[in-house]
Amino acid sequence: MQLTRAGFLALLWLFVLAALRVVRSDLYAASGLRATVPGFRRSAGKPVRGKAPRQLVVTHGALAGTRITLEGRPILIGRADDSTLVLDDDYASTRHARLSLRGTDWYVEDLGSTNGTYLDRAKVTAPTRVPLGVPIRIGKTVIELRS
Amino acid sequence: MTQPTTGGGATSTNPGLSTNPGAVPTRRGTELILLAFAAGIVTLANVLVEANQTESVTADVLWYGLAYLGLFGVAHVAVRLLTPYADPLILPCVALLNGLGLVMIQRLDPSIQEHLRALGVDERFVPNDQGPKQVLWTAIALGLFVAVLVVIKDHRRLAKYGYTCGLAGLVLLALPGLLPASISEANGAKIWLRLGIFSIQPGEFAKILLMIFFASFLVAKRDLFMHAGKRVLGMDLPRARDMAPLFAAWGLSVGVLVLEKDLGTSLLFFGIVLVMLYIATERAVWLVIGLTFFMAGCVIAYNLFSHVQLRVDIWLDPFADFFGKGNQLALALFGMGTGGIFGTGLGAGRPELVAFANSDFILSSIAEEVGFVGFAAVLMVYLMLSMRGLRSALAVRDSFGKLLGGGLAFAIGFQVFVVAGGVTKLIPLTGLTAPFLALGGSSLVANYALVALLLRISDAARRPVTVPKPRPQQAPIAEASTILVERPR
Repeated sequence: MQLTRAGFLALLWLFVLAALRVVRSDLYAASGLRATVPGFRRSAGKPVRGKAPRQLVVTHGALAGTRITLEGRPILIGRADDSTLVLDDDYASTRHARLSLRGTDWYVEDLGSTNGTYLDRAKVTAPTRVPLGVPIRIGKTVIELRS
Repeated sequence: MTQPTTGGGATSTNPGLSTNPGAVPTRRGTELILLAFAAGIVTLANVLVEANQTESVTADVLWYGLAYLGLFGVAHVAVRLLTPYADPLILPCVALLNGLGLVMIQRLDPSIQEHLRALGVDERFVPNDQGPKQVLWTAIALGLFVAVLVVIKDHRRLAKYGYTCGLAGLVLLALPGLLPASISEANGAKIWLRLGIFSIQPGEFAKILLMIFFASFLVAKRDLFMHAGKRVLGMDLPRARDMAPLFAAWGLSVGVLVLEKDLGTSLLFFGIVLVMLYIATERAVWLVIGLTFFMAGCVIAYNLFSHVQLRVDIWLDPFADFFGKGNQLALALFGMGTGGIFGTGLGAGRPELVAFANSDFILSSIAEEVGFVGFAAVLMVYLMLSMRGLRSALAVRDSFGKLLGGGLAFAIGFQVFVVAGGVTKLIPLTGLTAPFLALGGSSLVANYALVALLLRISDAARRPVTVPKPRPQQAPIAEASTILVERPR
């Protein structure tokens, strides 16, 4: 009898541990806010050079800490639900800006926003090349490209 | 379109196919395994109870176990079909808690009857068949659970019904307080709605409706709470007029306390509003203001209402009036003391000595029979349930989902804290019941609806971003090339 009693308690804790294992394996996958595990990111086609931007990082604003991996397709930024980076910011327009890849460089382009898009201090009027680590300011959100 | 790395490593390995549904594991298999595990634990609990009480084990327990697995199997299939990306831990945790609760209630049924008869309680007041009733409620609750999943395809649509939900919640919350006591009062709290054969606690449902209202209200009016007013002691105080909603919530919870004499609901309601406000604004000053309000409310309630004074007196010293008012809590403490580290064994303790051993005091009943070790495991399961809810709220992309998910997950955790704190004499006792464990149909049904909403939100959080909307068929007018059209003759 004592044995089954201890067995029951052990089983309860085994359940807890099994659940915690799921938590652990799920830690990165479910968050949606984390970078992918580095390595094995060389996509087919041209090899990525060492200094090519690989992710977009939000450094300031409500979404600070969000990372988006760059996969070559353009990134839409704005308040619209279908944007890649959905801003919840009164100073951002519905479709505010677009980041797109031309050749090996990323370009930022203002989509006719009300309050403008700024690359470092300069207002973006035409598609402008975005160097690594230079802040792009959209409303109260600041993002930058990192390798 | 690049997407936030919802799928982690899985999506990034095939950049061209990130919308492939197979890219993100749905983890439904994990859920099924954990559910079977939970069914195993519950069956073993049943076996132990029978062995301890009747010294023999019949084949019936096997059938109970299978029926339990079948019931949650249906829920699992519903989740698999309706929210394939939902969190794999939420349902098994709920299933385990509910199963343990059923075993405990079933086990306490005969003991409570025997105990009450021995005390010479009138036969009319001896409850019967509470276990089977709770099983029936579980089936009803799972039915509602599936219904919520079917009806609410997208949690964001709830935001549109924010004010409707708010009004309905308010009516449900106030109803028992305003109805005559013959319909709504039981054991000193006016929180019931007795409709013929069965009775419900509308407040349990009001809780969820009001959370939906608050989430949609805060999303729409978030800026209102961000305005900074005077700066005092290094904190930006909000402007006085922006405090109106918080003040209204405070007034409402005090109203519940006065009209319905229900400490628990009042506390839970205020806590939820406060935390949702904090999540929405990220400003700790709201917590400071809220706690100040709370303190003021406590002092007022303590001085004005005798039932609050009674609770506090019992909390301060349950042994002062051992054979009277403090009896329940004192016996619960003795019971847990008897259980000690490893417990008396399921079915071998005497939790029925405590009044309401299967509802308000089910946590202490469980603690007595499985001991500190088992009780800690039960609390861990609750913790994981709440944590997975918060995690889904973090990961979901829309503000309404974040707020609602955060509020729902917090509500579970807060209820457990208030109940466990109450029975272990950490805080004064309130009328709340442990979610999923305790006897009581309304609480069970409402909490299953709550879990269904959480699953819906976690599904939205983990679901890979859908295929970007097809490009507008027509190019923008500025880019459209000129086409020569012949003028019709």
